[in-house]
Amino acid sequence: MDVDLSVEKLSKHFKEFTAVDNVSFDVERGNFFSILGPSGCGKTTLLRMIAGFEEPSEGTIRIRGRDMASVAPNRRPVNLIFQHLALFPMMNVAENIGFGLARRNESKAEINKKVGDILERVNLPGFESKKIHQLSGGQMQRVAIARSLVLDPTVLLLDEPLGALDLKLREQMKIELKRLQEQVGTTFVYITHDQSEALVMSDYVAVMNEGKFEQIDTPQKLYARPTSPFVARFVGNNNRLLGKVMKSSGGLTELATPNGDKIRAATQLNVTPGSRAELFIRPESIIIEPGELPDLNRLQVVVGSVLFDGANSQLLARSGDADEELLISLPQNRQFDHIRAGDHIEIGWDVSAGNCFVMS
Amino acid sequence: MTPLSRARSRLPLLIFLTPILLWLLLLIVLPHFDLLRMSFRVENNSGDMVWSANNYLEFFREPIYWLTFTRTAVYAVIVTVLTLCIAFPVAFYITKVAPPRFKGFFSLLLLMPFWVSELVRIYGWMILLRESGVINHFLVAWGILQQPVELLYNDIAMIMGLVYTSMLFMVVPLLSVLDSLDDSLIEAAYDLGSNSATIVRSIIIPHAMPGIASGSIVVFMLSLGNYLTPNLMGGKNSLWFTEQIYNQFIASFNWNQGSAFGFLLLVISSLIIFIGLKLTNQQLSRVIR
Repeated sequence: MDVDLSVEKLSKHFKEFTAVDNVSFDVERGNFFSILGPSGCGKTTLLRMIAGFEEPSEGTIRIRGRDMASVAPNRRPVNLIFQHLALFPMMNVAENIGFGLARRNESKAEINKKVGDILERVNLPGFESKKIHQLSGGQMQRVAIARSLVLDPTVLLLDEPLGALDLKLREQMKIELKRLQEQVGTTFVYITHDQSEALVMSDYVAVMNEGKFEQIDTPQKLYARPTSPFVARFVGNNNRLLGKVMKSSGGLTELATPNGDKIRAATQLNVTPGSRAELFIRPESIIIEPGELPDLNRLQVVVGSVLFDGANSQLLARSGDADEELLISLPQNRQFDHIRAGDHIEIGWDVSAGNCFVMS
Repeated sequence: MTPLSRARSRLPLLIFLTPILLWLLLLIVLPHFDLLRMSFRVENNSGDMVWSANNYLEFFREPIYWLTFTRTAVYAVIVTVLTLCIAFPVAFYITKVAPPRFKGFFSLLLLMPFWVSELVRIYGWMILLRESGVINHFLVAWGILQQPVELLYNDIAMIMGLVYTSMLFMVVPLLSVLDSLDDSLIEAAYDLGSNSATIVRSIIIPHAMPGIASGSIVVFMLSLGNYLTPNLMGGKNSLWFTEQIYNQFIASFNWNQGSAFGFLLLVISSLIIFIGLKLTNQQLSRVIR
């Protein structure tokens, strides 16, 4: 596969503060690549460096093999969709979309044709003469995307464009954006702090924390096999159990939690006994009242509260006098309708279901 | 609502409106009606006052009047354009380029000359520019000039004085309108391939248009109606129309002729502002906001 965007050892220092710290990654042609991180992790700075609005302190950015070091933003084959879209309020929809084409000195007829085509593509046919303030949030979104896509950029950069939308519209735009990307085949680099957006839309997700990439992987692997505690905690819901390593052999490590529970976990390497470790288990990996299933960690817990939320219903339960409550998925198949707050139940999970990290 | 409470809720409004209504009526509307009436009154041969348009006809019969009038209008437009050309980059620098912590300081620097009266400011310029003034002194001392020259009392000095006097009234509306321009619009235009010239032309100026229009209206009206600066810096041959009005009222004691001139000035300023708004496609209601 061809690589559209290649970032190598990129850093950005502001006075005392390092916003982006030695980041390297490649994005293949036609991929939807997301950078996921909490606010202030440096993802916007990274994106602005790719767009050309910030000068990297170190490292190189290549687009289709061409070094972008001395190329100004208006000469780069990338376009940026701004967080607040930055549509030009003094122009109508057609003028907004045709803005970049006009800068390339394309003919009026050519521009009108391309604007019509792209509006068709983003499901806004006939919107040419509408004013920006007449559009709804979702329509503005699509105009902003059309305005960049019409220039046929090598890489389209998106800076949390769905952040300003309400929840329902955001869900809808997520699917629409993914479909649009598949249709046009342009390489997308998308930054967000919303893990659901990243997981739903992306081919690859990079999780960013304090200026560094923690993990670059497919959404599935990121969710199932996080390589760092930060990723485990940041992507999706997770339960965290602290413990001391009792013994470790043959890829199986046994932990003792502070309140005396013994837990086994699959680990890649053997761990020195005596070191402290943390184990992450997904709420949906925990089985309520597991019965006779083999190879399970089993805990006796007291239900703290039942959180009914349709398909996302959950239990909060505590083992003994543990500090943190466990979050357990509650399948809505009526099997567990009898569970009430205060009940004593048994839970269990497969020894290979958790992710165990040694704490330094 | 009972009639009593309705009357009570209307009372504060009345109290607040009364001063402004009285001010408008007694100091603006009534005098203008009287001036308008006076401008159509002429003394006939037998010494009685009669209705006539003669005061206005006199204006067109005497070239010095309408030439001064045209000159004043044209120069006021030039002053407005020059002020805009100087104030726009200044306002842009303060709002978009300067480090945020200096913004207040720069605005204060702009404001400071306006803490003293216009008269004092103009005398300041006169000290600099006159034949025995500071600039001449240095030009002669450095051997650039053999003889000191009179830098005051010409059109350029007058226009410079007017531009200086008007600066603040242009910068302030521009500051507020440019401050409301989202930086990402400029970045988006840049990202979409435009260069600086296109960004200024197609993003910044259209956005700043209401501020440009309101600043221009204020500067134009202040320049057109200015008496002090043209008189002091342009000297006796500044030929500013306000001087003609002054002469009619004070020197000739011909209030009727003076009123007619005053009304002509009112008409031309309204007309030029109207044309300006039409040309830039702005609405007065949006501009004065």
